[in-house]
Amino acid sequence: MSFFEGTDIWTLAVIAGLTGVTILTRTFFFFSSEEWALPDWAQRGLQYAPIAAMAAVVLPEVLMQQGQFLHNWMDARWMGAAVGAAVYFWRHNVLLTIVAGMLAYLPLHLLLGW
Amino acid sequence: MFFKAENYRHPAFMEAVRDVAPQAPGLAAWGLMTGVAMVNSGLSVFESIAMTLFVYAGSSQLAALPLIAAGAPAWVIVATGFCVNLRFMVFSLHLRQYLMHLPRLERMVHGYLTADISYVLFTRRFANPSEDPADQLAQAASLAGNTCMMWVSWIAASFAGIFLANIIPTSWGLGFAGTLCLVGILCSLASTRMRIFAAGVAAVTAIAAYNLPLKFNIIMAIGVAVVLSMSLERFLKMREGQGA
Repeated sequence: MSFFEGTDIWTLAVIAGLTGVTILTRTFFFFSSEEWALPDWAQRGLQYAPIAAMAAVVLPEVLMQQGQFLHNWMDARWMGAAVGAAVYFWRHNVLLTIVAGMLAYLPLHLLLGW
Repeated sequence: MFFKAENYRHPAFMEAVRDVAPQAPGLAAWGLMTGVAMVNSGLSVFESIAMTLFVYAGSSQLAALPLIAAGAPAWVIVATGFCVNLRFMVFSLHLRQYLMHLPRLERMVHGYLTADISYVLFTRRFANPSEDPADQLAQAASLAGNTCMMWVSWIAASFAGIFLANIIPTSWGLGFAGTLCLVGILCSLASTRMRIFAAGVAAVTAIAAYNLPLKFNIIMAIGVAVVLSMSLERFLKMREGQGA
């Protein structure tokens, strides 16, 4: 492997943008020395935006194939994700979620080719 | 910030390192998977290292990867990362009371280094900010030790994942662990019925609008879910008010 192989300016710009987002969100209320609070509507919106963003990214990843909703139940991805989610609600541990989901996904993916 | 002598020479620093050490293996596993997922979704080794060192936010990194691979426009990726990271703004509002005695740059560095686990453990250890300068120093040193431990575990594990991913073939599907991380975070956010409603609306919208160009379905899904959830919340409150 070569260190820089496949590096392009566009991806580096995206990384810079995401770095800006981390700095902005993690230091938002440290910047000003004055007392300042978020308006009420923004605080309420903050309740829903993170889970909406996660769901919008994850669920199409596991429920779709080549831009289409799964038309065949034999797919290792949604099964792995379903096992992972079930384990999460049982044990409340992200590490176990990953381990259980991979244990369900890998045999289906590698042995059955789903 | 852990590279300041006043912090790392303070006894509260090592105490915090020992306190948070039990969380390190779990975080390291997540970092390892993120490292693998970055390379498997087509980032170069240099890009993966840069992302690990600078972005330093697992959930927004993982959320960005499928979008980068799909060639979504940069602003869509950055906006998605922003929404995923909004929780950190709430953390900074809370931590503000603990750190306002420090100069601006110093408190901003503390904030930048404080991710989910550090925030939860720090606020559990110190339920209330202190007015006393000696206690304030101890609290800042403790946060520094805590974030130092987390930073080292995350960065080392991510690097291990990046180099491991170059040995293990992509076809084994280990990158799926990144998706499973996101599934775990998604489930951990689903703490109220209203939030589950928001997730459902976002998922249906993102899938229904999947063929919109430029991965615009993600932005649309977040917008529709937030607006509908806030409207439903208001509607339920109004009905409750009438019933009482």
